[in-house]
Amino acid sequence: MGRVTIRVPGALREYVGGERSVVVDVPAGGAPSVAAVLDLLAGSHPGLERRIRDETGALREHVNVFVGADNVRDLDRLATVIPAGAELVVLPAVSGG
Amino acid sequence: MAKYLLAIGTRKGLFVATSEDRRSWTLERAPVGDGAIYAVGIDTRRATPRLLASSFSEHWGPSVAHSDDLGKSWQEPDHAPVRYPEWTGTALKRVWQLQPGPADQPDVVWAGAEPGALFKSEDGGLSFELVEGLWNHPQRARWEPGNGGLCLHTVLPHPTDPRRMTIAVSAAGVYQTVDGGQSWEPANTGIRADFLPGDEPEFGQCVHKVAMHPSAPDQMYAQNHGGVYRTDNGGKQWVSIADGLPADFGFPIVAHPHRAGSVYVFPLAGDFDRRPPEERARVYRTDDAGASWQALFAGLPQEGFHPAVLRDAMCTDGGDPAGVYFGTRGGAVFASPDEGESWQELATHLPDVLSVRAAALS
Repeated sequence: MGRVTIRVPGALREYVGGERSVVVDVPAGGAPSVAAVLDLLAGSHPGLERRIRDETGALREHVNVFVGADNVRDLDRLATVIPAGAELVVLPAVSGG
Repeated sequence: MAKYLLAIGTRKGLFVATSEDRRSWTLERAPVGDGAIYAVGIDTRRATPRLLASSFSEHWGPSVAHSDDLGKSWQEPDHAPVRYPEWTGTALKRVWQLQPGPADQPDVVWAGAEPGALFKSEDGGLSFELVEGLWNHPQRARWEPGNGGLCLHTVLPHPTDPRRMTIAVSAAGVYQTVDGGQSWEPANTGIRADFLPGDEPEFGQCVHKVAMHPSAPDQMYAQNHGGVYRTDNGGKQWVSIADGLPADFGFPIVAHPHRAGSVYVFPLAGDFDRRPPEERARVYRTDDAGASWQALFAGLPQEGFHPAVLRDAMCTDGGDPAGVYFGTRGGAVFASPDEGESWQELATHLPDVLSVRAAALS
């Protein structure tokens, strides 16, 4: 069993009990995709996950997800593979609002 | 408990005003986030009315929250209260309407959603299910969104027959079911669609809002994108009742809570001048089902007034005499304790007002 840490922006911490991050347990072996980790997050923290993705599984337009320092929109989007030890960082985009 | 409550949904959050006499008001910002509140509902069937609020965050998307302490605290389920089933391949954009059902269906709440869909809750508004009969309507693929999006903004359950309901979508028009939502038929005969070529279409009208008085459910009123109408036969035929109004464009239309035949509108000059005629804030009321209209403006700004009033930004309470309320895109809210005969500014400098709902609390 591996673990992926997801950093939670301040605006969404009320949905994770005020925590700055949540940890998702991922199956051992192979590197999980961002989508796979968010699927697991939907099970453990649905109130957080539904603010990152809509119900079709699409990343919300004005939310950015980074693998380490890299925006997944510049990589393979939600199919981006998370290397061992890397964190997911969720941040609101400067657009929107 | 205060005697009167007004929930004010704005572009940036919800405000709740309470009053003992509808002349002196206390206004507080409700702790339900800073999203745009497209719809508010007050479910007065409960001992303590439940407030419902549809929020839309540009970042975090839509949700529906509820409050069982008159707006002091709010709760949301972890799961999305309104979500399209996976097989639709569609994501919820916004909820435009939150409508409690009739008194004999105490846990039923309806949600009108964008893109063009109706949802039903049987647990008081905590979770909703798609009404598939409307979603599967063969005409739905040809519905065109209005400027606000393909919003299902009007939900009028029949007060005594749970099989019947009237809904309206911009810009699809009015649709009705007589079999509990399994099948739906357009009900737009007589309503103009100036923005479409050819003869009057079966559907595609941009009906902005429909109102119904519970004691006379076959008599309904529609504020159209150009045109104000009444039907006396449950939607089979609509007739113009715009004569006597300064303009036939506008967004809200609101039924008096006690008198069938009394209806309120807030006219705008036209599609290409969406401001009050003559730059005056005037509500118009008919007391004879649209045969004549009376301008109501005592206490309202009568010069240099430009803001529009959006489709859900006018309402009445259940008081007697009825209180009437409207909020503007300029962030002001006006209240009348006497059926519209006199007005005062209840709030000013709010974000633009998207929705208001009021109740007389027992």
